[in-house]
Amino acid sequence: MDALLTPDEIEALLLSLRISFVAVFGALPFAFAAALLLARTRFFGKTLVDGLIHMPLVLPPVAVGFLLLVLFGTRHGLGAWLLATFGLRFVFSWTGAALASAIITFPFQVRAIRLSLEAIDPGLTAAAQTLGAGPWDRLLNITLPLAFPGIAAGIITAFAASLGEFGAIITFVSNIPGETRTLPLAIYTALQAPGGEQEAARLSLMSIVLALLFMTLAEFVQRRTRR
Amino acid sequence: MSVEVSLRHTFQGLGPGFALDITFALPGAGVTALFGASGAGKTTIVNAIAGTFRPREGCIAIAGRTVLDTAAGIFVPAAARRTGYVFQDARLFPHMSVENNIRFGWRRAAAKADAHEIAHIVALLGLEHLLARRPQALSGGEKSRVALARALLSSPQILLLDEPLAALDAQRRGEILPYLERLRDEAKLPMLYVSHTLDEVARLADDIVVIKDGCVARQGSVFDVLTGLELAALAGSPPMGAVIAATVAAHRDDGLTALAFDGGTLLVSRLREPVGTTLRVRVRAEEIMLALEEPRGISANNILSGRVSAVGGDGAQADVQLLCGNTRFVARITQASAARLALSPGKPIYIIVKSVTVAAPASG
Repeated sequence: MDALLTPDEIEALLLSLRISFVAVFGALPFAFAAALLLARTRFFGKTLVDGLIHMPLVLPPVAVGFLLLVLFGTRHGLGAWLLATFGLRFVFSWTGAALASAIITFPFQVRAIRLSLEAIDPGLTAAAQTLGAGPWDRLLNITLPLAFPGIAAGIITAFAASLGEFGAIITFVSNIPGETRTLPLAIYTALQAPGGEQEAARLSLMSIVLALLFMTLAEFVQRRTRR
Repeated sequence: MSVEVSLRHTFQGLGPGFALDITFALPGAGVTALFGASGAGKTTIVNAIAGTFRPREGCIAIAGRTVLDTAAGIFVPAAARRTGYVFQDARLFPHMSVENNIRFGWRRAAAKADAHEIAHIVALLGLEHLLARRPQALSGGEKSRVALARALLSSPQILLLDEPLAALDAQRRGEILPYLERLRDEAKLPMLYVSHTLDEVARLADDIVVIKDGCVARQGSVFDVLTGLELAALAGSPPMGAVIAATVAAHRDDGLTALAFDGGTLLVSRLREPVGTTLRVRVRAEEIMLALEEPRGISANNILSGRVSAVGGDGAQADVQLLCGNTRFVARITQASAARLALSPGKPIYIIVKSVTVAAPASG
């Protein structure tokens, strides 16, 4: 590994993995709740909520990053309050990168989970009800396991998409080595420096390997759960 | 009465809404058939009892416990009602083995069946070799049996069976019926059996509630209702004929078995059941000939004497209700024959039974 990648490059790789991991699993409970809301309930303004959730898919990531900067900037508003109350700072920190990634990849998770929730026969939950299972019991023992293929697909897609996030991260938390410089940002940085093509090529190759890995994993999970 | 149901609901839809206005009661044990054409509202009634449907107005009590009373604002959720529900489409949980499926309700039951009882139900329904399998690997009939076991082990106070055989072909249906009969004879809990097939009703049910246009059209014992002349109009089918409770009286040397019933004896081909066994036999309306004088020199083995109790029917057909002892028969003949014989209530008559169908052993 040392021969292939420099310590800086390894740092960027590990940072990318950590940020994506936190982004995806941090967002998962919310994504599941949102999918459940969209798949199982009817309420006034549902179309609007659906649109808001899917907004990051169509919005330029740079715009998302800018909105986050406005919202979480520590000078005023929510950002200032979070810093004063909890000592929590998102701007220019890796947690901010995870937040940006989570928002950008949220629709991928919601979509996949919603599809699998809608595929569950509502008769099964009714049957569980007559067998004495209350709402939480049914959610935990019927809905959750049956939605598992969708949850797994959502996690994998979101993780892969998160590894490639660039615009929202660089706008919101900047390009700080060891803090917010993920793989795509490292590639971009390398290309800015004279003679950095080789480093960019190595990092790109790394990205390709990761992408292949995830696609294989997705295929594997899908095949296993389709039995 | 162990289950009392009274509900009113109006479904708004295209055209005139469909109104349901139902009141009936189930005895503490035995099978009550909820009979009616498709779309008569049978499943809605069962769902209301189970608690998966909430009627606008109504009152339901199961074993003395009020589970629904819209006037008093009582609504016990389905999970707390202790009804065993066997759905038309089995609805087994696909992510669990058969064993975990049948233990799903058991784990959540207030009074759990012990290992001995579980083994008994598993054996009763013939599931021993299926326990490790996934529902996807089961045949339609096996799925129905697993669904039955699952409902039974949740220790319900009433078993609701919503056309459990409807999704099966004739052969599979024949496979399941004996299990249902065994269940009826062994389980000491009331069962509500939804069906639109009179054959199943005649074989399984003790009582019947006929639903038509959202109302209870007829209610009573199968022996009475199935021989009732109104049923033809209600069910849009010929009368079923007699359902008779009989006892094996003797196995004769000539290869026949004599069955005693309240009103006489019927001879059928040799049966395997020992003397003393109670059976349920059926005599279809088309299988009866009527004669004013005792016929002689005729191949039929069964000639009973009784009297006419009612004459009905329409068009060219006449349905004649007959009483032999305390047992009711019904015959379908032509209007021309009825006129020729001058049939009227009270008239003594000879009943020539061409064939008798013996159902499996019954408690009836």
